[in-house]
Amino acid sequence: MLSKKTKEALLGPLSKNNPVLIQVLGICSALAVTAKLEPAFVMAISVTAVLAFANVIISLLRNTIPNSIRIIVQLVVVAALVIIVDQVLKAYVYDVSKQLSVFIGLIITNCIIMGRLEAFAMGNGPWESFLDGVGNVLGYGLVLIIIAFFRELLGSGTLFGYQVIPDCVYEIGYANNGLMILPPMALIVAGCIIWAHRSMNKDLQEK
Amino acid sequence: MEKLRKYIDKIKPNFEPGGKYAKLRSVFEGFETFLFVPNTTSKSGVHIHDSIDSKRTMTVVILALIPALLFGMYNVGYQHYLAIGELASTSFFTIFLYGFLAVLPKIVVSYVVGLGIEFISAQIRGHEIQEGFLVSGMLIPMIVPVDTPLWMIAVATAFAVIFAKEIFGGTGMNIFNVALITRAFLFFAYPSKMSGDSVFVRTSDTFGMGAGNVVEGFSGATPLGQLATQTSENITLKTTVGADISTWDMFLGLIPGSIGETSTLAILIGAAILLFTGIASWRIMLSVFVGGISMALLANAFASPTYPGSFLTPFDHICLGGFAFAAVFMATDPVTGARTNVGKYIYGFLIGAITIIIRLYNNGYPEGAMLAVLLMNVFAPLIDYFVVESNVKRRLKRAKKGGVTNE
Repeated sequence: MLSKKTKEALLGPLSKNNPVLIQVLGICSALAVTAKLEPAFVMAISVTAVLAFANVIISLLRNTIPNSIRIIVQLVVVAALVIIVDQVLKAYVYDVSKQLSVFIGLIITNCIIMGRLEAFAMGNGPWESFLDGVGNVLGYGLVLIIIAFFRELLGSGTLFGYQVIPDCVYEIGYANNGLMILPPMALIVAGCIIWAHRSMNKDLQEK
Repeated sequence: MEKLRKYIDKIKPNFEPGGKYAKLRSVFEGFETFLFVPNTTSKSGVHIHDSIDSKRTMTVVILALIPALLFGMYNVGYQHYLAIGELASTSFFTIFLYGFLAVLPKIVVSYVVGLGIEFISAQIRGHEIQEGFLVSGMLIPMIVPVDTPLWMIAVATAFAVIFAKEIFGGTGMNIFNVALITRAFLFFAYPSKMSGDSVFVRTSDTFGMGAGNVVEGFSGATPLGQLATQTSENITLKTTVGADISTWDMFLGLIPGSIGETSTLAILIGAAILLFTGIASWRIMLSVFVGGISMALLANAFASPTYPGSFLTPFDHICLGGFAFAAVFMATDPVTGARTNVGKYIYGFLIGAITIIIRLYNNGYPEGAMLAVLLMNVFAPLIDYFVVESNVKRRLKRAKKGGVTNE
């Protein structure tokens, strides 16, 4: 069903070409929305929607966009999609939308999106661009969710808002790690993931 | 000594490459060089070696820490028996033993966790074991409150050794003071166990020793903790049972606080050892005190009831909290501090001043020594850079000027 190239476009970004772990893009939102799993999850879905459709639209328009104003055209497309996503979130998951607050609007500035539009959608057909967008965002979302998993588990003792660390553990003296809630820990957890990822894939290690 | 040397020489071949325990070579070397100064000489060029290597340096620092540690143990017992109202009927030895039993597990945990990670990472990298943790491991139990749970200290020590030291390349490469990172981790991760008025005095028994009920009117707040809640300009600091604290008490250290930090006197004895042996920089130590005193004088000149701490005298400020400990043992860390002489003055002065600023003007943090030292750790390389650059510029100017007059 998928040729080798499209497969690479879809699955490559999950590991070997991960936008967060390898290209170190989209770090700001990884820091901002990963204190809890739920906002991280919603963020990942929102970025998926924006990037997948932005990639398709830009790919369709790629031969008609004058080269000198292409960034502006890309921004208009992304901004329009972000506004739609924002409105949908406000309508259906108002609480999470409030938690994410300004960061939904800031999807416009997410480097992964501009990066994929410039690097892939401007030179490939709509189907490949769609798969590339989905693949990259899956890679991004995966990292986001791993970070949020550790931060919520260790920082609040919950997952998706449900308490998973039993009360008896707290009774014998365990306490939630308040530092996990603070932004620096997101960076350190991301660093640990990069560490583990490079240890598993020796070919990614810099000399 | 001879026997020990002979024994080590006898078992040495087992640890050489190809020997039975070749894998444990770094562990063996670590112990050997701890016991004896290595007898290796440089193979190229002319070098002069003196007998002070980093292991010997560390040993002197540990020695300098001993007075503060012993006093800290005594003070833990003193505060406990004061809280349960049995101070007068308890012997000096019992008081000390109580404190000793309360502090010892913390020292053990800190060393086991920290050295364990150092040993493992040395094995993985095939390096020899680095001795830097000898001092950090002793500092960590001295800068935490007595009632901080052991597992928290273990987690924080592991975090600090891995993330503040090993990933930067181990001893001598760290940007931040490892012991202070441990404390900062504890402070931000478990604030309820690191500050407030229930952790600085142990009211329960230790290993079944010193059980009793807390006397009426007991409050475990530290002097700095009380300072933040003062409302008038007549500062009244109380001991845990409500008696007034005099400046002499603060200097001597019979006040609630982190284990090794309370006694300015014991810390000054340590400082004398460090300065006499030339291990620590007197420039940093002096300028931290100068910075703290000037900032306290300045605050005192513009004292306002909004910031009640500003009514305290500079001498009280030096005696309270972790100021003296940070000045003598934390700021003088040669790895994380400034290296140029002018840089040391700037570095120390800013640590002293920032400590007092945080202590007085930020109600969220009763004490600022930890944050001030960590902040200045970041700036130390920058300070050095500008000191060196300005020196280069000054000399260039002089050279040019000289050139003109010669013509």
